[in-house]
Amino acid sequence: MLELSDVHTYYGASHVLQGVTLAVGPGEIVTILGRNGMGKTTLIRSIIGFTPPRRGRVGFKGDDVTRWPPFRMVERGMALVPQGRRVFASLTVRENLEVARQSRTGRWTLPRVFELFPSLGNRARNRANKLSGGEQQMLAIGRALMTDPDLLLMDEPTEGLAPLLVREVGRVIAGLKRDGLSILLVEQNLPLALAVADRVHILSRGQIVHSSGPADLMANEAVKSRYLGVA
Amino acid sequence: MTAEFWITQAFNGLSYGALLFLLASGLSLIFGVMRIVNLAHGSYFMLGGYVGLSVVWRTGSFAAALVAGALAIALIGVGMERLFLRRLPGQTLGQVLMTVGFALMFQDLALLIWGGDPYTIPVPATLQGIVTAGALRFPTYRIFIIVVASLVGAVLWIVLDRTRMGAMIRAAVDDREMAQGVGIHVPVVSLGVFALGAALAALGGVIGGGFLGVYPGADFEVLPYAFVVVIVGGLGSLPGAMVGSLLVGLLDNFGKALFPELSYFTLFAPMALILALRPTGLFGRA
Repeated sequence: MLELSDVHTYYGASHVLQGVTLAVGPGEIVTILGRNGMGKTTLIRSIIGFTPPRRGRVGFKGDDVTRWPPFRMVERGMALVPQGRRVFASLTVRENLEVARQSRTGRWTLPRVFELFPSLGNRARNRANKLSGGEQQMLAIGRALMTDPDLLLMDEPTEGLAPLLVREVGRVIAGLKRDGLSILLVEQNLPLALAVADRVHILSRGQIVHSSGPADLMANEAVKSRYLGVA
Repeated sequence: MTAEFWITQAFNGLSYGALLFLLASGLSLIFGVMRIVNLAHGSYFMLGGYVGLSVVWRTGSFAAALVAGALAIALIGVGMERLFLRRLPGQTLGQVLMTVGFALMFQDLALLIWGGDPYTIPVPATLQGIVTAGALRFPTYRIFIIVVASLVGAVLWIVLDRTRMGAMIRAAVDDREMAQGVGIHVPVVSLGVFALGAALAALGGVIGGGFLGVYPGADFEVLPYAFVVVIVGGLGSLPGAMVGSLLVGLLDNFGKALFPELSYFTLFAPMALILALRPTGLFGRA
């Protein structure tokens, strides 16, 4: 589904991603862990095309999509739930979903998103900036689903949410996986990340320093304390 | 100061505001979507007027002049955006210098083609009359301007507020990068908005040519007005452009009528005040 090989990304002169190689298979959830400032968001931005890599290759569904503009990525079947939600503040909930609609396969429609997130349906005519943080996160996920993706990039979808809402996001992710969606998930919440992941990578200073299954990482106290600050 | 004076001046201010709206709505939308400060926007107004003038001379049709002026200048706008401005994404200073350069070239070009004499675009006889209401006399042409601007404003509002295309434009205003991240072809949206903005300015130029005239220097004469409107109303906001145009039209008109020696002061002092109290303008967002 998604293959990165030796991806190097810069912000100006600063070399943020220093040769990242990873893959996400069909129906798989791959989680990226790591402390703040280690390049997790840059990784997501490199894949969607906001900050294209300077070197290396991004492959998606058999195409070399390195340096494609973001809207072409989306049309090809990649969707983004960005860090900080970034819902369109002056648009209503319904408009936020409508502008993202792609009619490629017709799997995701407005009614289906409202079925998944009933509270969005109740607030369809409200402006997105009037929603609570949790609702905005649901909207950001719903908006990404409206593009009818095969691969979902999620950048810290539980950031700043109350525990109850974190569990809700976890349930949604598990449900999307059952539907066969592939997900690349950047997450700070270790229990959630380990619960849903098929494979886990730890990013530190722009490089992948650990890769394993979730159970192996759970048992590896040395790696957890060194790279994640978990005792 | 009779009631007649106030009504007549308010009407004149309203019609001038309507003309300013045609000019400034495009400037505001272009800035909102593309973050480009287009100093050649006044040139679109002037060139629209000149193209309209030539078309009226050739065909005698004012309607054809409106259409041809708008289309010709939309094409110029498309060319500027695709071939030049698109190469300077996010480089505000470069964009400003480039649009100033274009404005100066357009000025020379207009002088070369149409010469230095002022002209007035001949308007159809049906628009030349005067509507009287008691002791009040309203020139039909100024009513025509108000009607056109109201129609343009209504259509723009419906498209922006009620359609998916309009929501896409607003999404690009809110967060240009994220708009691309949900699949919106932002470069195409930008080009469309740029063409529309140029066409509206040119439409204003043809209509304005019927009562202000068409002459060298009209471009840089209207530009500050457009900027005051956009700054007062809030960059990228259509309601802001509407309210700003009316406000500037009325202020300018009453300023010139009541305190002719202070006419710039009455226009720019309120702008400074609004900027100081609300830096984002009346309807702008941070």
